[in-house]
Amino acid sequence: MGIKKWLPALVSAAAIILQLVIEPNGKHPLAQHDYYLYFSIIIGAVTLMCAAGGIMNKKFGEKWLFKAPFWTGVIAFFAVFDILTEKFCILPAIYFPSPSRILEAIAEDHELLIKCLMYSARLLITGFAGGALAGIATGIAIGFSKKTDYWVSPIIRILGPIPSTAWIPLVLISFPSAVSASAFLIGLAVWFPTTIMTSSGIKNINNSIFEVSSTLGAGRMYQIFKVGVPSAMPSMFIGLFNGICSSFITLMTAEMIGAKYGIGWYVNWQKEMMSYANVYAGLIIIAVLCSLLITLLFKIRDKVLVWQKGVIKW
Amino acid sequence: MVGEIEVKDVVQTFVQPDGEKLTALNHVNLHIDAGSFVSFIGPSGCGKTTLLRLMAGLSKPTSGELLLDGEKIKGPNHSRGLVFQNPTLFPWLNIYDNVAFGLRARKIFKDRKNEVDEYLKLVGLDGFAKAYPHQLSGGMAQRASLARAIIGHPKVLLLDEPLGALDAFTRMNMQDELLRIRKEKNMTMVMVTHDVDEALYLSDKIVVMSPRPAKIEWITDVGLYRPRARNNPEFLRLRSKILKTLNYAGTEAEPEYSI
Ligand SMILES: Nc1ncnc2c1ncn2[C@@H]1O[C@H](COP(=O)(O)OP(=O)(O)O)[C@@H](O)[C@H]1O
Ligand SMILES: [Mg+2]
Repeated sequence: MGIKKWLPALVSAAAIILQLVIEPNGKHPLAQHDYYLYFSIIIGAVTLMCAAGGIMNKKFGEKWLFKAPFWTGVIAFFAVFDILTEKFCILPAIYFPSPSRILEAIAEDHELLIKCLMYSARLLITGFAGGALAGIATGIAIGFSKKTDYWVSPIIRILGPIPSTAWIPLVLISFPSAVSASAFLIGLAVWFPTTIMTSSGIKNINNSIFEVSSTLGAGRMYQIFKVGVPSAMPSMFIGLFNGICSSFITLMTAEMIGAKYGIGWYVNWQKEMMSYANVYAGLIIIAVLCSLLITLLFKIRDKVLVWQKGVIKW
Repeated sequence: MVGEIEVKDVVQTFVQPDGEKLTALNHVNLHIDAGSFVSFIGPSGCGKTTLLRLMAGLSKPTSGELLLDGEKIKGPNHSRGLVFQNPTLFPWLNIYDNVAFGLRARKIFKDRKNEVDEYLKLVGLDGFAKAYPHQLSGGMAQRASLARAIIGHPKVLLLDEPLGALDAFTRMNMQDELLRIRKEKNMTMVMVTHDVDEALYLSDKIVVMSPRPAKIEWITDVGLYRPRARNNPEFLRLRSKILKTLNYAGTEAEPEYSI
């Protein structure tokens, strides 16, 4: 039982010792400061405190014990990455900057990165909210109206797989500003999976549940919004999850068109300058943002779908 | 007294998936008295569910018509409650909200709010108001769906093998509960069952149906006093008569009551 919860701290300690013992071989460009060393010390301290905290608080201890192997792996990955880059320069230095240089890029560019984050967040939120609402509305219409299904479903099947880059010329001339055009592209990317999952969720509802509600005196509208929508909710959430993922992919494309700031813009720009440390810095921020949003949606889903606890797991 | 059902020369044909036509009901005529308890019994596939769905208004007959208190049945309506073999509760609503569903849908919840607890109590589910359907046992879920169907005071309660999935013990309890509710709330009850003993214990009238061509084989008045003892000797005589009719009726399809 004993050692598992200490593993992340132990691996951090090992990483710190390795950095102190092994000299950089000099072929890999060095960062101004030993950012990765400081970072490892912080991580070591945090994981140590988590393990100690787990002894005091039993509930936290169990959670930590569950997560410990994962964090051990992550910490070990960066230690190995550091050895392969800065210490022995086994990987090509241009494309694989050392952890220290990536951390340096974040530290030096943090003002610009925060500004970019704000810009991207605004774009993502407007695009996602618009696309999600439109998707849910279209999905409900397709699920309940045979006519809408007949006319709209084939269009969705044709438009859905077209990559968002293909829309850029059309979108650019149809929208007044680059921001609105980008938001539209993101909305489109969210709209597609949300529509598909909402309508298929509705179509898969067992008909007997509608029959029962009609013998209880529910009218058509009541059935749509009080029976159809809640039944399709689990499926709708899957659509929204896919939507979040594709909205991040589209963000990169959307910020290529005349954006002044934004994480996607930042990554593209740094890529052209061949400064891959900054590219990775931007990518890490995008990944963290994306996983935060997904965690948030998970929390919302758990609240909304308490009723299916233990029924469906995915 | 309300809740009288008239089935007039009803024919129901279906087009099967293979394109062939199937006559599920062939010129069925039937009269169900207001306030009576009528059971349908017969081998599986003889059109019992089809008939019940027609009474509920969930499907339309190919020809003929069905009347409730002299008025043509045009579609589903809260005047005819329905309980399926499986409870079909709304999984996203807790038991309280499941039972209250019909009241809310008809916008009469405010006036009759206090009745929800009363009906939960009637079916022995007080204390489970906050539970979700997946947390209930089969018998409890079926009682919840019963409460949900009767809280709207339907004139007729249609029951499609409502107790079929329950164990023998729960089943007997539920049978007594059905009789108690009927006495208290005064409604017509129409039930499909596979169980001859159950039909005999509960019904004023038993309708024996036969398949292919699906039609009514025999209608018998049980004509016994209530409350009935489950070991009433008169049962045996009626029982063997019904079984004989069923056997005759089920020359093609194996009757399901014989286990
Ligand atoms: N919607 C339908 N489409 C095609 N055939 C049906 C449909 N509903 C019922 N049937 C057929 O009608 C016959 C009677 O069915 P049903 O009323 O469910 O029988 P029971 O309830 O007595 O077991 C069966 O042969 C069944 O296959
Ligand atoms: Mg049936």
